[in-house]
Amino acid sequence: MPVDVRLPTVLRAATGGQATVAADGETVAEVLDDLIRRHPQLGEQLLTAEGGVHRHLNIFLNDDDIRYLGRLDAKVGSDDTLTLMPAVAGG
Amino acid sequence: MPVARYQSVLDLIGDTPMVDVSQLSPNPRVAILAKLEGWNPGGSVKDRAALGMVAEAEKDGSLRPGQQIIESSSGNTGIALAMIAKVKGYPIKIVLPQNVSIERRQLLEVWGAEIIDSPGSEGSNGAMLRAQVLAREHPEWWFPYQYSNPSNPKAHYEGTGPEIWRDCPEVTHFIAGLGTAGTLMGVGRFLKERNPAVQVWAVQPPAGEMVDGLKNLDEGFIPPVFTDNDGFDLLDRSRVVGPRESIEWTRRLAEVGVFAGISSGAIMATAAKCAAEIAQGVIVTIVCDGGWKYLSTGAWTDDLDEVTERAKRVIYF
Repeated sequence: MPVDVRLPTVLRAATGGQATVAADGETVAEVLDDLIRRHPQLGEQLLTAEGGVHRHLNIFLNDDDIRYLGRLDAKVGSDDTLTLMPAVAGG
Repeated sequence: MPVARYQSVLDLIGDTPMVDVSQLSPNPRVAILAKLEGWNPGGSVKDRAALGMVAEAEKDGSLRPGQQIIESSSGNTGIALAMIAKVKGYPIKIVLPQNVSIERRQLLEVWGAEIIDSPGSEGSNGAMLRAQVLAREHPEWWFPYQYSNPSNPKAHYEGTGPEIWRDCPEVTHFIAGLGTAGTLMGVGRFLKERNPAVQVWAVQPPAGEMVDGLKNLDEGFIPPVFTDNDGFDLLDRSRVVGPRESIEWTRRLAEVGVFAGISSGAIMATAAKCAAEIAQGVIVTIVCDGGWKYLSTGAWTDDLDEVTERAKRVIYF
């Protein structure tokens, strides 16, 4: 089922400037796969050479960091929003 | 025994009060307590890390009398360091992103800091990179590098954490903002050592729009303070809170008499979320600073839509 994926400015070149795009999947991993299928340029940015997620990429499922929700196996529903963000510092 | 007379303003850092704000809890079986770090003399939680880093560097000889200090900051650490530098007689330069509130800049000026501007679109990451370059070019300067300095989390492990445990040993959840990770790592580690069942939740700023100057994800940054302390394992949950919700909760805090900065609103929003999810418990949150430095944003008084738009352009973490 399609979910909304929100992208930060740094990733929008790969989606023709779109801030929110749709992607399908039952888990975060499936949604990311579909997202990269639809916007292949995103693959180079989001994934490492080994196929893992870039370490400076934070993925939030409805504002919750997926690292604490089962990571890429976290279940995704049709009303959910996935938000991708670069890791930044503050202080 | 209460003491009301001090030798130096720096002796006033720490030992901040905690106040019950359970009126804001959506669950009557969950209490929420806010530790008011705005009570620190420099006005924020960052006084603790700044003093810890300076004291340690003076002790190990890496900071000598009259030596130039350089640091990057989105505001609060810079202000804290500049106040301490003023009292102790060090000249100080702060690399500051251009998109911080005017009051943060003004306070740095009050303490006599030399401000080096960095592009707002690069956020705190850009300011940090510039400070690193300057520090490399000037090995004679002292660069505390708050994002990696172990004295930062140590100040919370030895100060903030024990204070919370002393004042609220019934704590079940600790919720704080994630900037350098100093507060979360120091307090989180201390509390979990005392009671492994304590949950530690992080609150992150909505970095997406704020850092549209980043060229790619490689320019993102996870503070060494976080990774050195096994932050991914230490935390139990991490949430992001947008500007609108942050301001709404900053206003709710004011309704119960707590005049807090916008990042504290984000933390309070997360505390309310947590309270709604759990059956019962006692949540301790950090109010990082008072609202004074954000008056120019109109956060309490102007139209919520307008303030939200304004807040999207200002770094408040």
